[in-house]
Amino acid sequence: MTPAIQVDRVSKSFGGVTALDRVSLEVEQGEFFGLLGPNGAGKTTLISIIAGLTRASGGTARVMGHDVVKDYRAARRALGVVPQELVFDPFFTVREALRIQSGYYGIRDNEAWIEEVIEHLDLTSKADTNMRALSGGMKRRVLVGQALVHKPPVIVLDEPTAGVDVELRQALWRFIRRLNRDGHTIVLTTHYLEEAEALCGRIAMLKQGAIVALDTTRNLLDRHSGCYVVLRIEPDRLPDSLAAHVTERLEGGAYRLALKNYDEVESLMATLRAAGVKVQEMEVMQPDLEEVFVQIMNKN
Amino acid sequence: MTGFSTLFYKEWLRFWKVKVQTILAPVLTALLYLLVFAHTLRSHVEVYPGVEYTAFLVPGLAMMAVLQNAFANSSSSLMQSKMTGNIVFVLLPPLSHREFFVAYLLAAMARGLVVGVGVFVAAMAFVDVPLPHPGWALAHAIAASGFMAALGVIAGIQSEKIDQLAAFQNFIILPLTFLSGVFYSIHSLPPFWQTFSHFNPIFYMIDGFRYGFFGQADVSPWLSLTIVTSSFIGLSLLTLSLIRSGYKLRH
Repeated sequence: MTPAIQVDRVSKSFGGVTALDRVSLEVEQGEFFGLLGPNGAGKTTLISIIAGLTRASGGTARVMGHDVVKDYRAARRALGVVPQELVFDPFFTVREALRIQSGYYGIRDNEAWIEEVIEHLDLTSKADTNMRALSGGMKRRVLVGQALVHKPPVIVLDEPTAGVDVELRQALWRFIRRLNRDGHTIVLTTHYLEEAEALCGRIAMLKQGAIVALDTTRNLLDRHSGCYVVLRIEPDRLPDSLAAHVTERLEGGAYRLALKNYDEVESLMATLRAAGVKVQEMEVMQPDLEEVFVQIMNKN
Repeated sequence: MTGFSTLFYKEWLRFWKVKVQTILAPVLTALLYLLVFAHTLRSHVEVYPGVEYTAFLVPGLAMMAVLQNAFANSSSSLMQSKMTGNIVFVLLPPLSHREFFVAYLLAAMARGLVVGVGVFVAAMAFVDVPLPHPGWALAHAIAASGFMAALGVIAGIQSEKIDQLAAFQNFIILPLTFLSGVFYSIHSLPPFWQTFSHFNPIFYMIDGFRYGFFGQADVSPWLSLTIVTSSFIGLSLLTLSLIRSGYKLRH
């Protein structure tokens, strides 16, 4: 099957500054793919190259097998992009904006789908309101709608939930999950790692324009073999030999310790017992994506 | 609708929705010029024999309105879209560089011509203006509005800030239009400025346009139309290659 997105040794420099350095990755059709990385890692630049908004300095990008430069019409028709910035055209209402966007793709008689998009994004009551009069969250929904008017098989969302309230964020994810179930390929960048962990099947991590990790979310979590222990002890005096394990002192006096594996829990308990310290409360936790992310970013 | 016709329609709506500002205001400005210049100069100036100064002024003012509004439409639309970021809405879809250019061009020409017709019609209420050769007038109006619309596309793409665009408008477009013979025949100028005017494409736009009204002009209408049309085509080719290269649009 043709990959939904194929990026092959893509580089980009802006006047001597390298934003992307020979990045290669493939996203299969139907995947829910996450693109993570700190600010300035090159996520938006990569998305812009895939969308044809930026020209790569080297390498090629394809959407559904179509080169984004040579065969840009087919590539752009296959792609829907929700930009990071909250942009809108102040001259139009929600429905006009969606109709115009649909027209740019040369689609005739798209009214039924436009109405469906309006309904699914809960925009019915605002459909004839000027874009200027909408709240930030509503504008965000319209942006999602504009990316969907031409029913693209591949949808890219660049930090769609930045600055969005909880309710809308959840509604948005329900909708995007549904699109993914219906067969759309989703590529997502986000700063909320718990979101990526919950949604994405596969994740690429970018740092300074290069991919530093590319694997399934499960494998990335497993790769971090350790675990965490949260402890509250009496007396509140941790033996010195354990000090190196402490990652954090939590509110309420609990310690958070990092262990290499679950076996170390046993020796931890033994050390505490030998020091005459009683465990009042204890919780063993699996690492989450945030831990993995921090570890990978620090290692590279 | 096709992508091209949608973009044209969107650009048309953009000025039509605010027509008080984009059409009525420039018509009123032209009428004020007519009122002030005509009343102060009517008895002092006769440019062409048998043509009253007030009548002489009308085609010049109409053409100036065409030029300024064609330029303003494409330049400000692109500039605003770039500033607010909503230019992505037209950069993401599968529009070719030709469709992109021609849609902005035609919408800007349309606004220029609508305002020009508005000035002419409004002036008719006060002045009798003949129009013996409407074909010459129309041909010059179309080619001239196209030239300025294309120039507006370049200025809109090139400018990164409002003041850059304002500088373009105030230091290039405005002097060239004022020094092109809107208010006078260049034969009334000192020799240096007469020669200088012949290097100003806007001079030919107004001169050829005026021929349509009075059957007389400073240079042959064939020469004007040739110069204006070839400038328009040359500028369009330049604009197309800029858009195609992604210059300042697809960094």
